[in-house]
Amino acid sequence: MNLHYLANPSRFMRLADALAPWLALGTGLLLTAGLYKGLLDSPADYQQGEGVRIMYVHVPAAYMAMAIYAVMALASASFLIWKHPLGDILSRASAPIGLGFCVICLVTGSLWGKPMWGAWWVWDARLTSVLILFFLYLGYLGLSNAFDDPARGDRPAALLAVVGVVNLPVIKFSVDWWNTLHQPASLLRAEGPAIATEMLIPLLLMLGGFLLFYLCLLVVRLRGELLAVRMRGLIVGMDGS
Amino acid sequence: MANALTDFFRMGGYGPFVWGAYGVTALVMGGMALAALLRTRRRRRELSRLQSRLENRPENRETAR
Repeated sequence: MNLHYLANPSRFMRLADALAPWLALGTGLLLTAGLYKGLLDSPADYQQGEGVRIMYVHVPAAYMAMAIYAVMALASASFLIWKHPLGDILSRASAPIGLGFCVICLVTGSLWGKPMWGAWWVWDARLTSVLILFFLYLGYLGLSNAFDDPARGDRPAALLAVVGVVNLPVIKFSVDWWNTLHQPASLLRAEGPAIATEMLIPLLLMLGGFLLFYLCLLVVRLRGELLAVRMRGLIVGMDGS
Repeated sequence: MANALTDFFRMGGYGPFVWGAYGVTALVMGGMALAALLRTRRRRRELSRLQSRLENRPENRETAR
């Protein structure tokens, strides 16, 4: 698919044009269903009351911030090892979206924490490692855009993405390895999810909606990147003749 | 009826936190979507402009033979 991309940008463009509306539709459906279930058709928590509803945006955002970084690390690794240009493009296209979700995770987390724990922020292992993830995103975006010649920022940024991936298991297991104020895992546990079904459903709907949102935006951004490449080709062609 | 709506906005006292959280989420995701759409539209316009300039060059015009 990667070499095909280079040889058949028109095919990818047609694929992107066909996919994007369906991904957008799927996103809209899942988010609508998730919001309905989350805000209107699910119970309050016996301890946290209605505040628990923040979970339906905070948790999906956290998962997406981490998953997207994993995609970037894999794509960057393939770029560094096998020199796939698509690896660099995929990573660059994903980074701003991952940053957005990371910001959502941090802000909604603070809004959840203030009424629950009485603090906007604590330097526990989970929060600190997610903040590190935020700075890794910023670092990646900074490096990849630092040079006038975009190609010069490719390798340093890709290296940062790959090296930073060690932060992901730290985030995941931080609530197990250290004493954290952040609650332990409720979803991805060896014993299975520890969450009421009526809460699990809106959570999964929102997670699905966020995932499709990422894929939809990714397709749109990749298509935009192709358009930019085509334009550069045209400009070069015009200057050459 | 009005009470139900008020209760919904109050969110059991957590209103500012819950709606703040959903608001930030909507803002960031909406902003990302809007930025992507605008960028695509700008690039498409730019591309068609470049293409028509290229096609309208004398050496590229179809000539009757």
